[in-house]
Amino acid sequence: MENPANLRTAEKITNDLLPQKFGKAGTIWTIILIIFCAIGAFAYIRQLRYGLAVTALGDYVSWGIYISNFVFFVAISLVGSLITAIFRVTNVKWSTPLTRIAEIIAVSAIVFASLIIIVDMGRPERLVNLFFYGRLQSPIMWDVVVITTYLFISLLLLYFPLLPDLKVLIDNNKNNPKWLNRVYKFLGSFWKGTPGQYRISNKAINVLCILIIPVAFAIHTVTSWLFATTYRPGWDSTNFGAYFVSGAFLVGAGAVVVAMYVMRRAYRLEKYITPRHFDNMGKILVMLALLYLYFNINEYLVPAFKMKKPEEQHLTTLFAGEFAPLFWFAITVGMVIPTLILIFKKGRRPLPMFIAAIMVVVGAWFKRYLIVTPTLLHPFLPMSNVKESYKHYFPSWEEWAIAMGSLAGVLLIITFFTRIFPIIPIQETITEQDEKHESE
Amino acid sequence: MEEQSKSRREFLATGLLATLAAGCSSADNPFTPEDNVVPSGTKVKLLSVDGDVIEVDQAFLKPVPDLPPVSNSEARRGIEGKKFVMVIDLSRCKNLKKCQEACNHCHHIHPGDNWIKVHSMQDAEHTAPYWQPTTCMHCDEPPCVKVCPVDATFKRQDGIVLIDSDRCVGCRFCMAACPYSTRVFNWGKPDIPEEIAEQQYSCETSVPQQKGTVGKCDFCPDMARKGLLPHCVTACPNGVFMFGDMNEDSVSNGAETFRFSELIRDKAGYRLMEDLGTKPRVYYLPPVSRNFPYEAGLENES
Ligand code: SF4
Repeated sequence: MENPANLRTAEKITNDLLPQKFGKAGTIWTIILIIFCAIGAFAYIRQLRYGLAVTALGDYVSWGIYISNFVFFVAISLVGSLITAIFRVTNVKWSTPLTRIAEIIAVSAIVFASLIIIVDMGRPERLVNLFFYGRLQSPIMWDVVVITTYLFISLLLLYFPLLPDLKVLIDNNKNNPKWLNRVYKFLGSFWKGTPGQYRISNKAINVLCILIIPVAFAIHTVTSWLFATTYRPGWDSTNFGAYFVSGAFLVGAGAVVVAMYVMRRAYRLEKYITPRHFDNMGKILVMLALLYLYFNINEYLVPAFKMKKPEEQHLTTLFAGEFAPLFWFAITVGMVIPTLILIFKKGRRPLPMFIAAIMVVVGAWFKRYLIVTPTLLHPFLPMSNVKESYKHYFPSWEEWAIAMGSLAGVLLIITFFTRIFPIIPIQETITEQDEKHESE
Repeated sequence: MEEQSKSRREFLATGLLATLAAGCSSADNPFTPEDNVVPSGTKVKLLSVDGDVIEVDQAFLKPVPDLPPVSNSEARRGIEGKKFVMVIDLSRCKNLKKCQEACNHCHHIHPGDNWIKVHSMQDAEHTAPYWQPTTCMHCDEPPCVKVCPVDATFKRQDGIVLIDSDRCVGCRFCMAACPYSTRVFNWGKPDIPEEIAEQQYSCETSVPQQKGTVGKCDFCPDMARKGLLPHCVTACPNGVFMFGDMNEDSVSNGAETFRFSELIRDKAGYRLMEDLGTKPRVYYLPPVSRNFPYEAGLENES
């Protein structure tokens, strides 16, 4: 069945997509990320030594940017399920080159979500207590359960589709360092690509894709419940699960677009990640931004209409007070302006898309901060007999360093992954190409 | 004043007797007369178990020996047959903060932290301001206990909500969950005397506070075991706090003892944020016919 024309394509595709050594820019980028991580690690060592006292947290704002960063990571990780699973189940074909990007974003974000939660703990060395004394009625335990499940399903969803590519990597191992080949062999030497193996693998991927959808909804719904199960103004909402999940898909899709753009440039993947992909992702982003905007309107306008006493103070600081600049920034830059850019066909070209997606991601980060912190500054009883510093919150340098370090950590995992593995599925691309040729 | 201090002594004696009675089964029964006791001549009035006032020579009273510390599982179970309750009379408070001082001192709280807070309250624009001390509400539906992932904060059969600082992982979910903002976190290593910090933590004394764990008002169950009142209750010179047992239907501020149900009925007692359904064990008496004007408390407001 294989004709010479096809063979050439396969060879070319393989050559195009095989992981490449870091260039100069890649090396600098990696070093910068490592520096950020190191500063974060140093700050964390200080925190271990002196306790959470190194943060700007207090008895009122007891959750700060660690927690908002956690919510942000969980949110971003949802995109793995959107692009891999939902698209696969609904038979969307064009997303093939994006699946691995989405999945590695999901895995690295969820890893750092778990790490940042440990960073937030007053007694991280007592983590084992969750297993010794865990009580299932606590939403934290639900989160531990669903996040672990999600991490494992995501890892498998990253790994199974990687198997055929590992074979390609092992077959093209001439220029690799020894250890790398050993890694490839360890991970994938059992894969021979027989029809039987494909059948099993495809079945497994299908099952996982269906499984991961409810788990993905669960991780972010449960994360929203960490807030919604309390009485506090701004959190006490039945809308929170859907609100969080829609926001998560938005920021995740934004992150994928950013990654698409950067990798396309860095690895010259113009033939594989085409303007059509950007165009499609742009439309999805518009839909998700509008959906999230819709939930925001529900979340803020309905309580604002009633202005119940505990809500009133909270909403006023958001709309017109201390947090107003950030609030309107998150709404306009995170949702409205990207929508306005992306509804036009011209706006859905790679560069404007990239800019819009950056806006979405940055807006989303601040949005998470706005969900966590202002509420805590508006307790039911007045803030009496406490240190003056408890009445405000601005993260300390250690908090910034750790938060930025964790963001850098996510990027670092993605960067190393693209160095070691093909970021666009090679075998799948070849197969699709062949199918296209055959149908022609 | 004379009347008051007398009745206060009487109450304490009741407590003492009750504890002594509780110790009856032990080998050195405190009621067994010791041969070598010489009556001192000073008589002390006591309230007997059937409610009669009796006079006993001081020499026959022995100090309560320090009870052995209770085990963790005992501390988690609570004192059998009790339902502790507190009544806070807002008409008597003038923001003296003696309660806070005593509490901070006896629990060795990190300087600057307070488990008891006295809020300056004004419910609406034209209503009168008043002082409102808050302790932990020891809710019967405690939101903090519901959310704790490791059972470090728990509800006992006697109604008290306590914290096991040896188990707390410091996630602070309970702080977010508590609508009364009662909980205080030890962000750093608490600044307390070395010999205190070295002690074994007890859920009933909440001492010593530990870095990275949460703390709060504990209703002083260690005092209750000795038949004594919580530190805040005895420290308040104005008798704002009344503590007692719902099963016995009595509460006392040390000077006066009331029937709990009557007090709540006659003075229209209420609980904070009833609408949240947390069912607090702390009741408030409204700030009517006050002993002090609101302004009297201002001088103590830093
Ligand atoms: S801070 Fe401690 S007591 Fe509070 S919920 Fe977390 S583990 Fe439980």
